[in-house]
Amino acid sequence: MASKFTVSNRTGWLMAGPAVLLIAGFVILPFFLAFYFSFTNQRLVSPNPTEWVGLANYRQLLGVTTLTLEPVRDEAGAIVMKDGAPEYPSIRTLTRNNPDRPDLAGMREWFSFSLGGDSRTYVLARDVVFMKAIVNTFIFVLVVAPVQAGLALGLALLINQRLKGINVFRAIYFMPVVVSIVVVSLLWRLIYDGQSGLLNNLLGAISFGLIPPVDWLGNPSTALGAIIAMSIWQAVGFHMVIWLSGLQTISPTLYEAAAIEGASKWQVFRYITWPGLRNTAVLILIVITMQAFGLFAQIDVMTNGGPLDSTQTIVFQAVERGYGKQDISGGSAISVILFVIVLSISLIQRWLTREKS
Amino acid sequence: MAMISADNRGLRLATRYAVLVLIALIFIFPLVFMVMSSLKPDQQLLQDSGSLRAFLPVGDISLSNYFAAFQRAPVGTFVFNSVLVTGVTVVLSLLVCSAAAFAFVFVGWKGRDVLLSILLATLILPFETIAIPLLMMVAHLPWLGMDGLTWGWLNSYRVQIVPFIADGLTVFLFVQYFKDLPGELIEAARVEGASWFQIYRRIVMPLSGPILATAAILKFLVMYNQYLWPLMVTQAEGYRPVMVGLQYFFQLNVAWGEVMAYLSLITVPVLAFYLYLQKAFIASIASTGVKG
Repeated sequence: MASKFTVSNRTGWLMAGPAVLLIAGFVILPFFLAFYFSFTNQRLVSPNPTEWVGLANYRQLLGVTTLTLEPVRDEAGAIVMKDGAPEYPSIRTLTRNNPDRPDLAGMREWFSFSLGGDSRTYVLARDVVFMKAIVNTFIFVLVVAPVQAGLALGLALLINQRLKGINVFRAIYFMPVVVSIVVVSLLWRLIYDGQSGLLNNLLGAISFGLIPPVDWLGNPSTALGAIIAMSIWQAVGFHMVIWLSGLQTISPTLYEAAAIEGASKWQVFRYITWPGLRNTAVLILIVITMQAFGLFAQIDVMTNGGPLDSTQTIVFQAVERGYGKQDISGGSAISVILFVIVLSISLIQRWLTREKS
Repeated sequence: MAMISADNRGLRLATRYAVLVLIALIFIFPLVFMVMSSLKPDQQLLQDSGSLRAFLPVGDISLSNYFAAFQRAPVGTFVFNSVLVTGVTVVLSLLVCSAAAFAFVFVGWKGRDVLLSILLATLILPFETIAIPLLMMVAHLPWLGMDGLTWGWLNSYRVQIVPFIADGLTVFLFVQYFKDLPGELIEAARVEGASWFQIYRRIVMPLSGPILATAAILKFLVMYNQYLWPLMVTQAEGYRPVMVGLQYFFQLNVAWGEVMAYLSLITVPVLAFYLYLQKAFIASIASTGVKG
């Protein structure tokens, strides 16, 4: 549209200006501020001037080291056993006031493992809670992305049939999407309740009391799983609709041709439906991944990161620091780390799913 | 032979419906539970959760939980705040984003292509990654209001509205839609001497019904369901929206009946609105997937 009638610098700037300024001010500027704050000791309110601290925030968050320890031996040189396992020197004696390893000061044990032999390797982190938050967030994303995308595709195929009243089912499957995740989280807190929760009652009834009640959110081994299941329940309808719109772009003549050729259901899916959904699949995977990394409301409403930090997440940590402790610099550093993770993962996804020529 | 195949077909159809109904139950049971529980006294609510009675309006049914919820918290204020913030943001967003997309698609100007690609690049920034620095920023922004120049936007309506008026996704959706409109029509109108504002107002907007509905619904869902942001920027209850207001119901011992009443109160109108405009809601979500 390069006609002289449609060229107008003034109109262009006037009409695009408000949106451009707002996005520059409230999206792009804070994005760069996150980088800037993360190199300072900025607090929300502080009487002291802000100082440049370089990478200190990142070192504090991401500092990890390993320590290989030999078991404690008695005077005769035999390994001291404690509760049937070799005893190792306490980590605390090594990290506190240790003139040989001043770099260990302030570090805590994250986990330990043994690669055979007597020695045991300890992984120490400067911020164990943040490490757990990163691991939990990755578990959440790695489970939610494929499971939610797969279930959504299944539902879309189910709803794509020509049946009377199918629109009613589509409307119902989509319903949780319009309900706030905060409301959903509260409802499921009651469903997951350890004593009179609906889920325990249901499991008890169908197993004739064989399955004992579980405190789903109060148990470190089930809490994250419970939140994952609920999150999928809430959001799966969203991606069902996106799959559905992808399905409807596939030309019906392809299916007719397949029917004439006598293709089986699986062959139709494998050679017609799935290739037609390629672009939709890439989009859905990227969108779910980005949404999943933002996991916050469910945690804030249901578990507050507990029990035993088993549901800590990256965004929950960012808010706890940036807002809870008013430590803008720490919260900003976490935001930058999250951005780097999200960006690299979506670049990897794009690369893995690129068109192969 | 014909009889058998007809029976088979009937059976297969019945199985299909059975599967569909079973899945529907999974999606709907917490919502039915919510509404039914809101009508029951706490003790009965907990007893009923052991049986199918949890999903039925039986026993001691009343609206007393709703009255109690209004007693416990300034529910009216929360609802008013949410409606105000959501309504104003949706309207301003439609105006600002459609005008920008109009400029990007129909008007030739310097910097247009660069700016559009920068705006679209912001789509890969999840809000969570900018929330903390944005909090710092709004805590120190100036505002010229009734009482002169003041600093800091915390505890206000503007802090919940202004940052969300323009966003990359809404601009992108309008741009996609405008690209499919006949560009010759706009050029012809220019040749005829129509002003840009007239073209926007009298030609493009009247053709934009579907995209306006889509953008409004998406923005409505985002704004009404906001949680993280208002949690951080509204400490004063006078400005809190419904989702943050929930915290009132968790002081001391939780009265589940009241919680369920409050949840129903803030959810059922949205669900009713959704069921009424079901096709438009689903179409708006579907459009976010087109062309990625």
